[in-house]
Amino acid sequence: MALLEVKDLKVRVEEREILHGLTLTVNEGEVHAIMGPNGSGKSTLSHVIAGKPGYEVTDGQILFKGEDLLEMAPEERAAKGVFLAFQYPVEIPGVATMNFLRTALNAQRKARGESEYSTPDFLKKVREVSKSLNIPQDMLKRGVNVGFSGGEKKRNEVLQMALFEPSLCILDEMDSGLDIDALRIAADGVNALRSPKRAMVVITHYQRLLNYIVPDFVHVMSKGRVVKSGGKQLALELEESGYAQFEDAA
Amino acid sequence: MNVALAKTGSGRAVSDLFASAEGRLPGSPAVIAVRREAFETYEHLGLPHRRIEEWKYTDLRALVGEVLPLAASPDAAALKRAAEAVKAHAIEGARKLVLVDGVFAADLSDVKALGAEVSLKTLRETLEKDAGLLKTASTDAVISLNAAMATDGVVLSIADGAHLSAPIQIIHVATAASVSAFTRSQVAVGKGVRATVVESFVAAGAKAYQVNDAVVLSVGDNADVAHIRLLDDSPDAVNITSQFVTVGANTKLNFFNMTTGAAVSRLQGLITLAGEGSELSINGVNLLKKTEHGDTTLVVDHAVPNCVSREIFRAVIDDRAHSVFQGRIIVRPDAQKTDGKMMTRALLLSDEAEADNKPELEIFADDVSCGHGATAGALDDSLLFYLKARGLPEKQAQALLIQAFVGEAIEQIADDGLREYVIGIAERWLEQRQ
Repeated sequence: MALLEVKDLKVRVEEREILHGLTLTVNEGEVHAIMGPNGSGKSTLSHVIAGKPGYEVTDGQILFKGEDLLEMAPEERAAKGVFLAFQYPVEIPGVATMNFLRTALNAQRKARGESEYSTPDFLKKVREVSKSLNIPQDMLKRGVNVGFSGGEKKRNEVLQMALFEPSLCILDEMDSGLDIDALRIAADGVNALRSPKRAMVVITHYQRLLNYIVPDFVHVMSKGRVVKSGGKQLALELEESGYAQFEDAA
Repeated sequence: MNVALAKTGSGRAVSDLFASAEGRLPGSPAVIAVRREAFETYEHLGLPHRRIEEWKYTDLRALVGEVLPLAASPDAAALKRAAEAVKAHAIEGARKLVLVDGVFAADLSDVKALGAEVSLKTLRETLEKDAGLLKTASTDAVISLNAAMATDGVVLSIADGAHLSAPIQIIHVATAASVSAFTRSQVAVGKGVRATVVESFVAAGAKAYQVNDAVVLSVGDNADVAHIRLLDDSPDAVNITSQFVTVGANTKLNFFNMTTGAAVSRLQGLITLAGEGSELSINGVNLLKKTEHGDTTLVVDHAVPNCVSREIFRAVIDDRAHSVFQGRIIVRPDAQKTDGKMMTRALLLSDEAEADNKPELEIFADDVSCGHGATAGALDDSLLFYLKARGLPEKQAQALLIQAFVGEAIEQIADDGLREYVIGIAERWLEQRQ
């Protein structure tokens, strides 16, 4: 059984159809890149998988481990192992990062019927992971993402990915707003999380990110559909020729 | 008595309120005369209603309708129930002073533990001599009614230079349903004092009672005082409290109010900065649900130059609840270099929740820095989605954001233990929503 199956998905936002029948299959251990021009529906796909309100699915389905994902609330999806790394992680003043991480992790574990982490175990785990991501401890005491640089926000997303251990990670435009050093640190963090049990969907506008997170498959989206799929060399071809050819194809 | 009460709102019924209580009200004949005069003032004005500017948003005639008869003095069974409630609400280490149904309960209080630096009398005792404590700086209808009917209260005096190691906690316990308790307390804080005074309003199983409390607090020069008020009355109770506060020179006064109970509550305060170089921090959180109505109405009077006042208020309003914040800052002509700021924010958790914010500045000096801000809005959907996408169920995500929202006011409480205690109250309120 595939980990994620998106079948002929049609999605509307306020009467306007954004996805016109999108199909995508992702198996355990695979890394898929989804590329495409602005407005092709890449971020819409990531939001619909995560359960963001405001999108109306008019046709098709999304199965996750064989279950109907669209029937689940966002928090259920998270507990089942879906993780969306946000393009623009929000700032939450007054909610300490550490408190947020513990609350979220324990909420997921509780939903799965697992025991909650004890404080010492949790702290140990956070320390290990944050160290490997070069996240200073004082950052964890601040409000969630408050005053964080673009790079720090993305590293905080990767930190959560490492803590929650999801089976599907969707990285939405992870490279936006990052300089090359920040991008490398974040990408190294993501690469460390690659495993035969975990799949990743890397959404990006530019090929650059894929130099750091090398995909197994590349899909090109245009106007709400996947118009071409291939191996990692497809990304390089796109860098050469641009998206224009696919806009015509769609 | 019951027959008279059936005549809701009529002049005849209120007269009976006083007549039926008069024989039980403490005080010398001269004091009783003062009371009768105060009652006539009240009777002339009647319960405040929306056509009186200060009560525009809290129409007691519509919300309360009638003043319930005076509570009886607590019997042994009532005191026993009160003792349980005191146990549940006592702050660890605090010196407790307990008023049950408006009467000081010495057996439930830590009178001896107050120490030599704190003198305690009861209102009842002082009224045997004179009526001074029944007179206040302003007299609206509810304050006049309080002067007429107050049965007891604590009269505290903290000696100059005293550094109290433990908070003093005044606990008001209601044990009887469908009656009124009228209390009036005075706290005189000497020069150079460091002290914390907590007031708690709680119920011992009682329902639908009314509290009318008045507090006169004076703080001397060079003092550092925390004043915390925790209103956790029964959800169908009424609590109207009037505070008169005077602050000396070079003093820090940190006030915090938290409302988590009562169907109708109003805290009205007049805080006068009477000495230069003082810092006033006034903060509060109202957590309101169902059809609760919570009103905070404060006047900060900068009567002298060079004082700082800061006000941070947060209201969380669920269901059909209604929050009112009226804050006025007065800067008198001489009060140059005044620095006054007031910020009030309301969080509406339902479409039917209501918030009225009315900040006012009255500035008569020309070299001052004053400002106010008021907002009302719902929780941010993008923040909620982020938390839900990380596994938090809706109510838990809301709870985390609400805690952050009220946190800015709560963190003004300097004492770690008391701050944690107040955070705990907020957490329990939020848990009940889940």
